Amino acid sequence: MAFLAYGVAGVMFGLGLILAGMTDPAKVLNFLDVLAIPAGTWDPSLALVLGGATGTTLVGYRLVLARTAPLFAPRFDLPGTQKLDARLIIGSGLFGIGWALAGLCPGPAIVGMALGAPGVLLFVPAMLVGMVAARLTTNALDRRVQRTLKPA
Amino acid sequence: MVETAFTPWSALAGGVLIGLSAVVLMATVGRIAGISGTLLRVLMPTDRRESLGRLVFVVGLIAAPAIWMAVTGTTIAQSPPDAGSLVVIAGLLVGFGAVLGNGCTSGHGVCGLARLSPRSAVAVGVFMATALATVAIARHVI
Repeated sequence: MAFLAYGVAGVMFGLGLILAGMTDPAKVLNFLDVLAIPAGTWDPSLALVLGGATGTTLVGYRLVLARTAPLFAPRFDLPGTQKLDARLIIGSGLFGIGWALAGLCPGPAIVGMALGAPGVLLFVPAMLVGMVAARLTTNALDRRVQRTLKPA
Repeated sequence: MVETAFTPWSALAGGVLIGLSAVVLMATVGRIAGISGTLLRVLMPTDRRESLGRLVFVVGLIAAPAIWMAVTGTTIAQSPPDAGSLVVIAGLLVGFGAVLGNGCTSGHGVCGLARLSPRSAVAVGVFMATALATVAIARHVI
């Protein structure tokens, strides 16, 4: 049942992105182009997508997390850390630059891949390489920290 | 640049559907619907069962366009970026940044903001700021 839930959620997420028009990088870039507001070509759609998604999730999470456990798993798996560290700031900063260069973030890139455009098909493997590189980097950094913390 | 029309109703409805997906995932398997975290767990599994589930989610994402076209009979608009070195740099930055910062537009933007997480609020503020600045420079300075 858990696998079915993952599949249903994935299809819903993908259909939501398509319905919202977010699989079109032009819509994303035209949202980010706030300097185009005077010219009249600014497209605020993305704000409503984020608002609709966050609002729905806010209400839904309240209802769901009031239960003791999810339906097909022993417990809720929520991010525990609240630390505002350099990784969060630098990572998010780099992410924003890449997002704005192509008009693609991970969800729309994976969904949009099926449309077969060469630009998207090139973006996705580069993104996956970047992900693995980041995890290898943080793993190496964590090992170094642990060595330093260990008493000699 | 390609001009696009402001589509408030489909944007809102699509957003609600994305939110419902996040709620379904939390209600059933108790996990955050973050796409970068999902992809990372497929690429570098730590828990085999979870990674398989995440893979099924990704298959769902990939299947969505075919389902959309079969059900609605309409095509999906997409003005893709040019397949050049810039798109490779963009992909590397998106992947590296999302994993280093522990989330992207879905994990921090949708699920994190919905949980009122201060970390996610900072992440969204930072990536929105660098994205706005990047587009401003690319379209109005260069």
